[in-house]
Amino acid sequence: MKKQLIIAVIVLAVVGIVPLTGVSDYITGVLTMICFYAVFAMSWDLLFGYAGEVNFGPSFLIGVGAYGAGLADANYGLPVVVCIAIGTLAAVVGGLLLAIPALRLRGPYFGLITLVAVLLLQDMIEIFAGTTGGEIGLSVPDVLAVSATVNFYYAFALMVAAGGFLLLVANSPFGLILQASGQDPVEAQALGFNIVKYKVVAFGISAFFSGLAGAMLVFYLGTASVSAMVDVAVGIQVIIAAVLGGRRTIIGPVLGAAFLVGAGEVLRPAGQMSGFIVAALALGVIMLVPDGLLGMVRGRRA
Amino acid sequence: MSVALDISAGTLPETAPAVLEVRGLTKRYGGLVAAKNVSFDVRAGEILGLIGPNGSGKSTVMKMIMGIEKPNAGEVRLNGVNLAGKPAYKVARAGIGIVFQHSRPLHRQTVLQNILLGLLPDRLTALRAGHEAVAKAKAIAERVGLSAVLDRLPATLPFADLRRMELAKAIARNPQVVLVDEPFAGLTGGEVKDFSDLIVSFRDEGRAVLLVDHNVKSVAAMVDRVLALYLGETIAEGSAAEVMCNETVRRVYLGGGISTHERPEAVFAHTEPVLQVENLSVFYGKAQALDSVNLLLHPGEFVSVVGLNGAGKTTLFNAISGLVPYTGKIFWQGAPLAGKTPARIARDGLVQCPETRELFGEMSVAENIALGGQHLPKPERLSRRDWLFSLFPILEARAGQIARTLSGGEQQMLAIARSLMMKPKLLILDEPTLGLAPVILSQLSDAMKLLRDQTDITILLGEQNVTFALPNADRVYVLEHARIIWEGSPTRFAKEMASGYL
Repeated sequence: MKKQLIIAVIVLAVVGIVPLTGVSDYITGVLTMICFYAVFAMSWDLLFGYAGEVNFGPSFLIGVGAYGAGLADANYGLPVVVCIAIGTLAAVVGGLLLAIPALRLRGPYFGLITLVAVLLLQDMIEIFAGTTGGEIGLSVPDVLAVSATVNFYYAFALMVAAGGFLLLVANSPFGLILQASGQDPVEAQALGFNIVKYKVVAFGISAFFSGLAGAMLVFYLGTASVSAMVDVAVGIQVIIAAVLGGRRTIIGPVLGAAFLVGAGEVLRPAGQMSGFIVAALALGVIMLVPDGLLGMVRGRRA
Repeated sequence: MSVALDISAGTLPETAPAVLEVRGLTKRYGGLVAAKNVSFDVRAGEILGLIGPNGSGKSTVMKMIMGIEKPNAGEVRLNGVNLAGKPAYKVARAGIGIVFQHSRPLHRQTVLQNILLGLLPDRLTALRAGHEAVAKAKAIAERVGLSAVLDRLPATLPFADLRRMELAKAIARNPQVVLVDEPFAGLTGGEVKDFSDLIVSFRDEGRAVLLVDHNVKSVAAMVDRVLALYLGETIAEGSAAEVMCNETVRRVYLGGGISTHERPEAVFAHTEPVLQVENLSVFYGKAQALDSVNLLLHPGEFVSVVGLNGAGKTTLFNAISGLVPYTGKIFWQGAPLAGKTPARIARDGLVQCPETRELFGEMSVAENIALGGQHLPKPERLSRRDWLFSLFPILEARAGQIARTLSGGEQQMLAIARSLMMKPKLLILDEPTLGLAPVILSQLSDAMKLLRDQTDITILLGEQNVTFALPNADRVYVLEHARIIWEGSPTRFAKEMASGYL
């Protein structure tokens, strides 16, 4: 654990310096997207890896955060910070409204409800196209920053803060109880833990960071759009990044996000084939090393 | 016998107040009554043994006390406060702890952290476990004998140590009542002694202990009183000796009397064995479920494997059917079975009728039977079905009924009929009597006799019910703690072994 943290800090320090070394804005932009996806994937891992709940709708939380912030800016012209706060709050509230009834159900229903929620959100955005921009997307007048480098540092800071907090939570007694709830719910309850309570809070934390990252992403890209933030495909990307990197590690999903976003860019010249190649690579890794990239490293050591 | 023992076993519990009072506890699953009006007390400083054969409802009662299952009626009072129907975490906090037979420890956490889990408060804000909790976890670990392995991961521990960890977690919250589910399953002789001592020490420090097990024998040495359940109802209560002498208990475990009708050995002496099992061993993770088992079946022979729950019967059958990995050799009609898929093995005529029955609950009786005979040409399928209807007339009467709605006995008959549709050369029956009433047992037994006398099907029957296993058997194997410990004729079994099955 200690050794992993040291490696993580070194890697972060190196990545954090890269945009200052005169690389192109394009490289800085790719790194920025990696940071956002890393936050999505880490947040998802808290639920799947620790609480044992498969949330098929990470893009519901991301989308509510994004559109909450975007609408606040486009319609009311509020300061960016306030818009981001509104988006984040909307994601947490929306997420909890969904999770509290859903987490009481057993079996695959939680996953199905989260999936349906994504479709509902997508339909709402299209039905109220007059306000939300519908399929075209919602342009926002404000941006995080003009400079690509500054934008990167916003995203980078978010990733470090979210990662630090999630690691702290995952390794606390709270994380221990959460893992017990995920792995043997009957025993966890017989040990005196109200497991629904822990799962709901975990979902709230996950919703907070997903929504926050979604809201900031809007002001980085300049638009909120279904294809970039709400579509089921976005959720699948987040899930693949987390599983690819290694479940129940928090750090692993960052690697997964870097791989997924990075590979997508490297393979861009391949055109339509790029998506296929990335998906095939991900499938290969998941089938060969189900514990993910980080799990592979750990497994070898043990 | 020492005076001190007399006091701990008899005098103290009479005067101590009842900590746990169970009153009229009832649980129904659809049409099945798993527990019916069960009532008992457990006093502080007392061990009550709750015994009963498989399907008697003892685990259901334990789960209802813990809040894992909700009772349909009845009360569970802890110090006079009714907890029935409350969720498990509230029951746990009120002062009841449970030692599960099977559990999944946290694999990435050390033994110490696993025990610590049991000591954490049910609060969201605890970001660090206090030194006090860590010290307490260490003390508990020392008490159950885990001091040497505190920093190891569960996956590296032997089976007995994993069970010790479960004991440690269960007492972490200092419960007044401890429920223990089959404490000795899978343990060796020396480990059984350690665990008995630990459980007795829980009693001696004033806890009320409820021990759930299959038979009186295994817990007789440590319990103060015993309550026997059968088909969800209390059939006897008293000291271990009293319960063992009880007429009803004797009838449930041994039946009205054992009858044996083996055919002479000479009938099979010169035939080639149809199934040979050599040196078969099976491991589930750390636990050894079968240890160097050897077994032989002659064509047309009826062989019973007798053993208590957890002895390894189902594992043996699953290994033969190709469902679990094993070491050793299994030959079917002279050829090794290794490497064949379960489906291939079944098509070769080696058919298992599993303990769990595995009926298609939403299909009718006729459809379930028809599915078993899918591979047969239609005329043969129909004639075979008619033969089965003559074997189990009740199935013909229920042909259009949905399988899920049948009674337990009818479901068992349907499961056997479906297996027979597959034209088995060897039929493996795993505990067909599970949870069935005596009247059904005699009908099933008659069907067994017909199968033995009128067909050339070889039958391998796994049973803990000795009365059912013996009458039709030509030979008997006794399986105990993963090993075959005895083999012989039913008549010899009745003389030498039967008393061990109370």
